[in-house]
Amino acid sequence: MKFDVIKIRQDFPILERQTREGARLIYLDSTATSQKPRQVIEAMDDFYRQTNANIHRGVHTLAEEATALYEGARERVAKFINAESARQVIYTRNATEAINLAAYSWARANLKPGDLVVLTEMEHHSNLVPWHMLQLERGVELDFIPVTEDGLLDLEAYQSLLERRPKLVSFTHMSNVLGTVNPAAEIIRLAHQAGAVTLVDGAQSVPHLTVDMQALDADFYVFSAHKMCGPTGIGALYGKADLLESMPPFLGGGDMIREVKLRSFRPNSLPHKFEAGTPAIAEAVGFGAAVDYLSSIGMDKIAAHEREITEYALERLEEIPGVKLFGPSADKKGGVAAFTLEGVHPHDVAQILDQDGIAVRAGHHCAQPLHEKFGIPATSRASFYLYTTKEEVDSLVNGIYKVKKMFG
Amino acid sequence: MDDLYREIIIEHYKNPSYRGKLDPHDISFSDNNPLCGDHIQIDLRVDGSGVITDARFDGHGCAISQASADLLIESIIGKPLEEVKKLNKDSVLELLGIDLGPVRLKCALLSLKVLKAGVYGMKEASDALVE
Repeated sequence: MKFDVIKIRQDFPILERQTREGARLIYLDSTATSQKPRQVIEAMDDFYRQTNANIHRGVHTLAEEATALYEGARERVAKFINAESARQVIYTRNATEAINLAAYSWARANLKPGDLVVLTEMEHHSNLVPWHMLQLERGVELDFIPVTEDGLLDLEAYQSLLERRPKLVSFTHMSNVLGTVNPAAEIIRLAHQAGAVTLVDGAQSVPHLTVDMQALDADFYVFSAHKMCGPTGIGALYGKADLLESMPPFLGGGDMIREVKLRSFRPNSLPHKFEAGTPAIAEAVGFGAAVDYLSSIGMDKIAAHEREITEYALERLEEIPGVKLFGPSADKKGGVAAFTLEGVHPHDVAQILDQDGIAVRAGHHCAQPLHEKFGIPATSRASFYLYTTKEEVDSLVNGIYKVKKMFG
Repeated sequence: MDDLYREIIIEHYKNPSYRGKLDPHDISFSDNNPLCGDHIQIDLRVDGSGVITDARFDGHGCAISQASADLLIESIIGKPLEEVKKLNKDSVLELLGIDLGPVRLKCALLSLKVLKAGVYGMKEASDALVE
């Protein structure tokens, strides 16, 4: 089936709305959270109207149906990332919680004072702060793969970091600011050669690229549903089976146990060992509907569309005097354009664009150290997804000219 | 909404009258808006009777934060410190002549927060100062 952006847009009811009189929404903030197609909204609505019940132990019809939907969604999410098995996909609240799960359970059981954890300078705060906390508590050491001027990871510096025998290499598959798609398979291969465990932040990659757990060989991989057409409140931690088996439970409570005595418990098997308490059931159903939706269009087609839009956007933005773009060229990045406009603060840029219904983000995008590296407090960021059109990019460019005129 | 970028705001942002530092000064305080990295420092000279004889602000940030700092400084020179203590959110909005949503309100109020924290001799500025 041919990729038809106009037809795809009809799946997203919110794209019809106006944010102010005469200004139809031009949503260029999908990197923060994507919009939701009606297929996802309806799946969740149907769940609450038809099936709502708590999962697992119930024997009545609704409980069985709800359990089947919850676990069925896990199967489809697992298939979407080509995991070996669904039991290796742990539902979490989001990618952030998934990283914290690995940091609390795996890292606290396996890392000693002085052990090295390698991160990168382009990490989101979610892949920095859990390790800062571990550093404070455990005395592990942190070091960072530097980012080059053109927004790529310095892989030579990475090689020398590996000589120090890190225990963990944790990095983003795709930067939420620069858009850089990192060579994850290569980074993982080198880490494994050096004896390190790997964790990949896939919050930005899973929504936009085909990711294959078995080809990547990552030990842990995390992502959030809400950035990939799914609901907020649910995400996933993928892990290698032997690692997950060996890890102590993270949160304690119902559902994560096999047996509880007054003074002891035995943990449940995977994946339930890590899913204490009533989970986000309707959200899991929505998560499953989201991967169905993306699969029905085809991740290759989505990636190709985004590439086309990104190339066009970078080309048009570059033409504007005073605009400075951050990150590599379109062939090395996903659909993100972070920029500054000379003489105008990014918040003012975003606010003035909003007058025309154009939603972009302004700030440090939860990557303060990266902005510091480039010597700027903040950027404006436009980001693209399967529903973005070239006309929307044109509106963005016109909007930036309007900002320039206002501050001229 | 267009009002948000009224000429007066753009003008004070681009050509502030009170940008700079005072050396020597009697009071100096600075703080950031962690949300957007706006930064404001305010220096004051105060005479024996507690009246502000001169004031300057320095820093960087969005048009709203910088223009409101310039307008605020303009409004307090020649005023007693006791009067500064009475300033609040509404005083700043009146100076700007606009209404602001909760996010941009923080930008607008940063300078008042810094000013009051300095006047009260606090170690750390608190949002409660400008409510």
